[in-house]
Amino acid sequence: MTRVPLRPLARILEAREQGGDPDAIERENKHRRHEEMRDRARLRAEGRLLVLAAMFFCAFVTVGVRMGMMSSSVPSEPRAYAPGAQISQTRADIVDRQGRLMATNFVTHALYAEPPNMVDPKYAAAELAKIFPDLEEDKLLAQFTGTRKFLWIKPQISPEQKQAVHDIGEPGLLFGPREMRLYPNGPVAAHIMGGARYGEQAVQAAELIGVAGIESAFNERLSDPARAGDPLMLTIDLTIQAAVERVLAGGMTVMNAKGAAAILMDVHTGEVVSLASLPDFDPNDRPSPLTTGFDPSESPLFNRAVQGVYELGSTFKIFASAQALEMGIVNPDTMIDTRGPIRWGKHRINDFHDYGAQLSVTDIIVRSSNIGTARLAQQIGAANQRAFLDQLGFTKPTAIQLTEASGAKPLLPSNWSELSTMTISYGHGMSASPLHLATAYASLLNGGTRVTPTLVRTGPVAPGPRVVSERTSAISRDMLRQVVSADHGTASFAEVEGYRVGGKTGTADKPKPRGGYYDDKVIATFASVFPADDPKYVLIVTLDEPVVTILNEARRTAGFTAVPVAAEIIRRVAPLLGLKPEIEQPGPLGVTLTSN
Amino acid sequence: MMRSAFYVLATLAVMGLGYWAYVENYKTQHALDQVEDLQREIGTMREKLVVLKAEWAYLNRPDRLRDLAEMNYDRLGLLPLAPEQFGKVDQIAYPQEEDDLPFLASDDSIDVQGNLVGTIDPSPEGEDFP
Repeated sequence: MTRVPLRPLARILEAREQGGDPDAIERENKHRRHEEMRDRARLRAEGRLLVLAAMFFCAFVTVGVRMGMMSSSVPSEPRAYAPGAQISQTRADIVDRQGRLMATNFVTHALYAEPPNMVDPKYAAAELAKIFPDLEEDKLLAQFTGTRKFLWIKPQISPEQKQAVHDIGEPGLLFGPREMRLYPNGPVAAHIMGGARYGEQAVQAAELIGVAGIESAFNERLSDPARAGDPLMLTIDLTIQAAVERVLAGGMTVMNAKGAAAILMDVHTGEVVSLASLPDFDPNDRPSPLTTGFDPSESPLFNRAVQGVYELGSTFKIFASAQALEMGIVNPDTMIDTRGPIRWGKHRINDFHDYGAQLSVTDIIVRSSNIGTARLAQQIGAANQRAFLDQLGFTKPTAIQLTEASGAKPLLPSNWSELSTMTISYGHGMSASPLHLATAYASLLNGGTRVTPTLVRTGPVAPGPRVVSERTSAISRDMLRQVVSADHGTASFAEVEGYRVGGKTGTADKPKPRGGYYDDKVIATFASVFPADDPKYVLIVTLDEPVVTILNEARRTAGFTAVPVAAEIIRRVAPLLGLKPEIEQPGPLGVTLTSN
Repeated sequence: MMRSAFYVLATLAVMGLGYWAYVENYKTQHALDQVEDLQREIGTMREKLVVLKAEWAYLNRPDRLRDLAEMNYDRLGLLPLAPEQFGKVDQIAYPQEEDDLPFLASDDSIDVQGNLVGTIDPSPEGEDFP
């Protein structure tokens, strides 16, 4: 740039000659130079502004485009985030008390078809019918050539079947991954497990829903993704459950019964170690419920131990004697009038045999006298009896974690009259499930604290509220022991050497559906506790319509049917429970020495 | 002079940092890919583990074990655990002093049924369990 001098000599000289002011020229030139400088500065500033504007524009465009891209794209997990352990599990496993697997998930595939993509529907239908014998070729072909765009063919198939379908080479046959619920033990503990089915189905996944038993009761817990890696631990012991089911099935066959149930419960905690109901089913292939018109108890799905609400007969007598003892009305050797029959309106209360004029309270239990128990109940009174049975849990459905349990409400008399009081004292006129009976026996015999039946292990269980005193509990156990050990006891077949079994039999006539009772159909129950002096377990065995022929005589009473089965179960199971047989000391237990 | 040197250095620094960022970015991508692969592998492994566990449980189901025990009774002689099989401490043949007599003869121990084959000395209570 050529620099213009502020005082050009030519003009200064000219101005001096003409008498002008040379400073004016300098000022003028300075002014001109400043104007030039200003113009240049403005131009530069404008340029900078332009660059700045362009940069802002670019930044906003970038942000805008990114936002647009994000809003229109499929969201994805940030890759750097490493998830924890659970990747494949969707439903938690169920294990037994030793951690052995009882239910787990298994990845299989569902087969579906997209007919528009099919190349040779005829061949595909023929091949599919060969792989799956239950599918009909004509039906498949009609579906493949119809208007449908999508159809499920099989909800779950095995890997071999998948390979076979794959080998057809039909692009319109597709597989969706499926998680299948697997019960590796088959029918063992079927009624506890219940079963599962698919809920909402999509191509890539399907929801598993529990339909019965523990699967249904703990559906939310089991399908909670946060706890999927944490198996649900039951109180059931698989080995013992299998042994109990085996012996019970044998007993059911020998006793010609049409159904059977057994419950083995820890006396102190209420933990159910085994709960069996026969006939059973395979939860992997759960049969559909019977259609209407049938008695629900005919179905193998019916859980007799929990849902079977029956009159439980003489097993109830111990409650009457225990309450009478607890209230201080009697002592074990108080004599009670057993002359019969007791007449009450048109009803008569009779004994199986005539036991003479009077029996001690212990003998009433040992010989199972209805009249004697009814006399005790008369002294107890209706209100007291009801309150006691309520404490033992007989007025509400059991709290066990099976969906079926909430429906099994005990049947109580609408009007709890004195007659009801007397009949209930020997187990007639009110109905309850075997599980109710197990809970009540455990509560009464464990030293007198109430237990709540449970199927889920949740750590140590604190003893419940007191139901009866230690003394009453011990006397009751001693009475039950004598039922088994005494020569004239009704359950002498229950003697298992070394385990000091105590128990009470109960035989109740089955009610007809239209009222009244059958003469030749009974429910035989044996409620037992072992060892009687240091109670550990309560075992309830119930046989439905048992009959055995001994010396050409049909026997139905529990002493000949349920009792031998229970004894065999104890013989098999007690060693598995880790109970060591102990030889009983001869002579009465210290407990019987309590005097008035 | 100082100025231009500073500019050159700054440019070089920017280029260097750019290259470093580029390399780090690719390293990160690679690591993420590896993590993804590993997680997929863990997933398949877990699936396999579940299958193996299920198979183990299936093969060890009580019904099958019982049938196997019955089938192989001749060879194994397995019976359900019975109360008689509980022994007493003094029924067990303890190892004796080395220089003394050898171990008790084999028929002094308890056989599978829990029956006492021979008599053990000294064990006066040994007859409680037939």
